[in-house]
Amino acid sequence: MLEHLASSVLRWRALLLVPALVAALLLPACAAEEEVAVPDDPAPEEVEVTSVILASTTSTEDSGLFGEIVPAFQEAYPQYRIDVVAVGTGQALEIGRAKDADVLLVHAREAEEEFVADGYGIERRDVMYNDFVILGPEADSASLAGGDDAVAALTTIADGGHTFISRGDDSGTHKKELSLWEAAGIEPEPATHDWYLSIGQGMGDTLTMTSESEAYTMSDRGTYLSMREGLELVVLVEGDERLFNPYGVIVVTDANNLEGAQAFADWIVSPTAQALIGEFGVDTYGEPLFVPNAE
Amino acid sequence: MQVFVEAIITAFALLFEGSRELWNVIVVTFRVAILSTIAGFVLGVPMGFVMGASRFRGRRLLIALTNTGMAVPPVVIGLVVMMTLSRRGPLGFLGLLYSVDAMAIAQTLISSPIIAGLTAAAVASVPYKLRLQARSLGASKTEEALLSIKEARLGVLAAVATGFGAVVRGVGAVMMVGGNIEGQTRVLTTAIVQESRRGDFGLALALGIILMLITFTMNGFLTWYQHSNERFERG
Repeated sequence: MLEHLASSVLRWRALLLVPALVAALLLPACAAEEEVAVPDDPAPEEVEVTSVILASTTSTEDSGLFGEIVPAFQEAYPQYRIDVVAVGTGQALEIGRAKDADVLLVHAREAEEEFVADGYGIERRDVMYNDFVILGPEADSASLAGGDDAVAALTTIADGGHTFISRGDDSGTHKKELSLWEAAGIEPEPATHDWYLSIGQGMGDTLTMTSESEAYTMSDRGTYLSMREGLELVVLVEGDERLFNPYGVIVVTDANNLEGAQAFADWIVSPTAQALIGEFGVDTYGEPLFVPNAE
Repeated sequence: MQVFVEAIITAFALLFEGSRELWNVIVVTFRVAILSTIAGFVLGVPMGFVMGASRFRGRRLLIALTNTGMAVPPVVIGLVVMMTLSRRGPLGFLGLLYSVDAMAIAQTLISSPIIAGLTAAAVASVPYKLRLQARSLGASKTEEALLSIKEARLGVLAAVATGFGAVVRGVGAVMMVGGNIEGQTRVLTTAIVQESRRGDFGLALALGIILMLITFTMNGFLTWYQHSNERFERG
């Protein structure tokens, strides 16, 4: 078939591959929906594989964590297949309310607790946290290096009029930054504070601009580590509890696949999974991206 | 349907409300568009004239390159300008990145090939016999050139209007080299991207309508000018 295609003058025949490819992509999905056993695995006892829909956030997905832990879970529980739906935190909770997901792994503690209190989720359990850091140029004209008080650092930045770049995009990170300004009793307004730049862009663009402008910013550690090579920025303030970003797991009440969801939630807080989480990122970045903190 | 009606109402409310933030965005939008259209005019019209009116070696190649320039994605131009103006880039010492000037430079690279290409087409369409006639009446090279431009003026005007349209609606390049800084380098298009990402589609659409109003006004002037010229020519 391939030789024929290669030698054939009728190159358009290659177009025939398109429907074939589409079919190839769609078929496994259809098969999965019908929840049939994996056919090319002639195990003596064929287990029925059911899908567990895990709603989580894009930032978690982007970190690559699921690529590490989902295969490990499926190895331990071959009867379940985890399908990750990566959306914004608010949307993930919304999907949970509609019972379109079986289990949630998100990072919005208050909203999560409300979700459970309203009866949409069975229970919220701590899984891990990652953290935010305050970054700036090596020169560090505001002398923030080595600090562990985020609010004091922001106060110094504001008092000295050092350029600070804010994402300004209503993201979780932006909201976190605003809560720290509030704690510092400062209301930064681009119109009146010329040192405060609000750029309405994502974390990556914000880091690039901060590096170029030799300014200060706040970022989640994961995005910073993944871009560190191309940036002239260093971590100046870290370790403040107010910079922590806790993740919780919630099994959706009356989930379609309640057993699978429960199995995943129990597994991710187990010592095995917690150890995996604590090692994730060490190979690539030299330090872990998440700190496991299940009880 | 309701959302569209609401967006139109929001657009006019925003304009009449005259919020400082919005006007700032509109002013920056105009500054970038006008600066880069003028620069595109200065670079593009002479180049387009040379390509359209004279015959020389490599002319076809130059035209092909200009036409390619018209099709280069703005983000690619933005990327090149950003790398050039970056602190680590060759012109980093100028400290221009994330400024209106940087945006105008990037947009000029977008507008000049458009203005050059369309000017070339307009000048090339001036009847050759007219130029021969002028020459036979003793016109100098310069006079002949000016005559061609004068004859092609409506086409050149359309070229400049198209160049202005391209820079006023551009987003990729200005986002990269301007950075969408509130009150400084935020323009209508980057504000639209930002509001869409935030999920405020109504506001994003309202800003889009304001952008369309600006383009509509510009084109209105152009059409009016063209028509008054045609009437004049018909006598």
